[in-house]
Amino acid sequence: MIAFADLLERLVFTPGRNAKIALLRRYFATTPDPDRGIGLAAVTGELTFAAAKPGLIRQLAMERVDPVLFAWSYDYVGDLAETVALIWPARPTNAAPPSIAEVAHALETTPKAELPALVAGWLDASAPGVRLALLKLITGALRVGASARLAKLALADLAGGAIDADAIEEVWHGLSPPYRALFAWIEGHGPRPDPQAAPVFRPPMLAHPLEPPDLAALDAARFRAEWKWDGIRVQLVATPGGRRLYSRGADDISAAFPEIVEALEAEAVLDGELLVARDGIVAPFADLQQRLNRRSVTPRMMRDFPVIVRLYDLLFDGAEDLRPLPFDARRARLEAWHARVRPARMDLSEMIAFDTIDALAALRDGARAAAIEGLMLKRADSPYVPGRPRGLWWKWKRAPLTIDAVLMYAQRGHGRRSSFYTDYTFGLWRADGALLPVGKAYFGLTDAEIGWLDRWIRNHTTARFGPVREVDKTFVLEIAFDAAQLSNRHKSGVALRFPRILRMRPDKPAEEADRLEDLLARAEGRPRAHAPAVDDGGDEG
Amino acid sequence: MRHPETWLKVRPEGLFCEPGGFYIDPLRAVERAVVTHAHSDHARPGHAAVLASPATLALMRTRMGAGRAGDAQQPLGWHERLRIGAVDVWLAPAGHVLGSAQVVMEYGGTRAVVSGDYKTVADPTCERFEPVPCDVFVTEATFGLPVFRHPPPGEEIARLLASRALFPDRTHVVGCYALGKCQRLIALLRAAGWDAPIWLHGALAAVCGAYEALGVPLGDLRPATVAAREALRGAIVLAPPGAIQDRWARRLNDPVVGLASGWMRVRQRAKSRGVELPLVISDHADWDELLATVAAVEAPEVWVTHGREEALIHAIEQGGRVGRALRLIGYGDEDEGGDGPDDGPKGEPETEPGTGAAA
Repeated sequence: MIAFADLLERLVFTPGRNAKIALLRRYFATTPDPDRGIGLAAVTGELTFAAAKPGLIRQLAMERVDPVLFAWSYDYVGDLAETVALIWPARPTNAAPPSIAEVAHALETTPKAELPALVAGWLDASAPGVRLALLKLITGALRVGASARLAKLALADLAGGAIDADAIEEVWHGLSPPYRALFAWIEGHGPRPDPQAAPVFRPPMLAHPLEPPDLAALDAARFRAEWKWDGIRVQLVATPGGRRLYSRGADDISAAFPEIVEALEAEAVLDGELLVARDGIVAPFADLQQRLNRRSVTPRMMRDFPVIVRLYDLLFDGAEDLRPLPFDARRARLEAWHARVRPARMDLSEMIAFDTIDALAALRDGARAAAIEGLMLKRADSPYVPGRPRGLWWKWKRAPLTIDAVLMYAQRGHGRRSSFYTDYTFGLWRADGALLPVGKAYFGLTDAEIGWLDRWIRNHTTARFGPVREVDKTFVLEIAFDAAQLSNRHKSGVALRFPRILRMRPDKPAEEADRLEDLLARAEGRPRAHAPAVDDGGDEG
Repeated sequence: MRHPETWLKVRPEGLFCEPGGFYIDPLRAVERAVVTHAHSDHARPGHAAVLASPATLALMRTRMGAGRAGDAQQPLGWHERLRIGAVDVWLAPAGHVLGSAQVVMEYGGTRAVVSGDYKTVADPTCERFEPVPCDVFVTEATFGLPVFRHPPPGEEIARLLASRALFPDRTHVVGCYALGKCQRLIALLRAAGWDAPIWLHGALAAVCGAYEALGVPLGDLRPATVAAREALRGAIVLAPPGAIQDRWARRLNDPVVGLASGWMRVRQRAKSRGVELPLVISDHADWDELLATVAAVEAPEVWVTHGREEALIHAIEQGGRVGRALRLIGYGDEDEGGDGPDDGPKGEPETEPGTGAAA
């Protein structure tokens, strides 16, 4: 468990993606089986325990620690498991810290009544870092600072280029901890594990944003167009081995959307967009947010936020792999499949007829429904290729909405940008003259502009709160965003979708920035009492 | 028997020894000061007369200039008795930084010890703490909560070197306080076999020179400020905590940013500083050291000057002793006492929310 705890500790504090991959790779390369496989399962979220409740941990600590000192300590640290890990007065023992495989095995086989003594023994044998990892693991509260995808990239790295991460992805959901066969394959002393009929995830094909030079070169006759919907990209898989709904990051989200899984009755692998839709009208993304990041779902949620999948593509029809076929052929197969199977809660993404790119541009700019982000252009002869191949699929987002907002606060960035103030909070004027924050943006400026604005911020700071500076309310930023949605979680009453900085406007007086009421008038959707924060995987069509 | 509370008083200037007519670590310029160590919150400039260990005086001259380090400076060696007024005064090592002393005062048949800042674990750059039995022990409580238990410093240095081995091209920059922590890190690195040059931010160079002049060898040290980015590839660089994420650090090659401080023990603290490699290395006693020291000096009464006094006093009283908070305001502005300044080598004072400047 020492190596695993050390890995977690480093991942939590490491911002860089490549550095995280290097840390994971070192762990997989230096930790023996079966520990590394159990560690891999913990990183990818396949290993979850709820063997102990927080109450058990608190009680263990209370048996050894003065309650007043514990209360002060907990108040200071703010996290129960961490408080116990740090404060634990270890009794001398000759026992070694447990291995992660030992912990996983013991949690599955130990009777509940013996658990407190077992955990106390582990805590006695371990240093604070291992104690923290243990306590987080056994309470099911482990947060790993790395995604499952990064773990697979680290495994591909370990394979030394012989096996890529997408190939690992295609067998992944047919495997289970401690992944001995997978490691053997990666290290070149075993065959590729055969997932057989398991409902494995197929790495999706992604699109490039369409920039003006590519647009100019586009041959309209060779492309097909569809709307780009503002939902989340999903993959539906049904095989004789089971049914799954995956996010585009390969997370199994079946439990959150049981009605979709239930509707998928024929053997197939489908690519589509998950949306909340009522009577065929797609609701704003905020509605879908209500259903994301949940382990289970209530009948009421299912009724109030009914979901559908708008189908884009058919990857497998039965056991037949259609991915090598051209888009037009797959589309024909998709339509035939849909007509034959008539699945509930699934419709077909509409094909948009057009003669010229200019005509298409007019259609795109005419689309003002909140849930339409723009257009997808797919080359008629494109096979379904994992990743982001160039020239086959384009996303062509509609022109963004813009506001002129006033810079209010700036926060330091992370990693490479940690010495720069790169996270900007901006606001708009209310009728009474107050400036209210309406959003935060991190992207859109060049390095040179970031450097310039960093100096401006340092020279115009009026107050400081840890890593955040409040600045003179005199600097205008032109902000682009895809949609404005009403929200009663925000003081301003409005939330922006994908805000980014279009340009700096040092020329513009702050009092000429936009008014909040103008933005509210352009906002869509109805206010929500509660919307959990969600990572919808960013902007991807 | 005169109980020390009758002759050791808290005044606005700081702790005052009446029968000796001197202050200990006064917070503003006074006639006569006894200084425990050279950190700027304990050693203030402009006193008329200063008594301290020879190393503390030398470090004060280095940091504030000979003209401001006291008009008259009197060095006092370890365990040398000196009669000041009606009080016998002597110094014992405090183990905090080079020259750091506990001030032992004997008067009217009682003995009081003001320990200043201290730690009891071994440190290759300074004399080790000596417990002095006494009637009243005056202690700090910077890490006065049982969650603060510092790991062996060698383990933390091993983590730094393991990171350097995994990322051999990245500059490893470690934030550390200029006096004490910096030199201890260098000595720990040398002890772990790191013989390569160690590169220093300009604000750290003078004190390192003073340490070497006082007989603490630190090996090959070079100025990072004038170094080419290429030379710093894979190097270990030390800098003040305020510089590691600021403009100064832009010269470094894809840096791994570390910070060496006892506060790094708590994850949320480390996260809020945004560092990639928190190192739990402190020059202050941790919880176990505080309690062990209180027991070792056998004092029936303990006064707590600064830090998290309520928890320590609670534990002291549970151990059957009398605990009392002195509430001296103003300590902890340099080194770890105030959780460290966030910005700039000059340190515009800034504390984290909810901790307070004198925490």
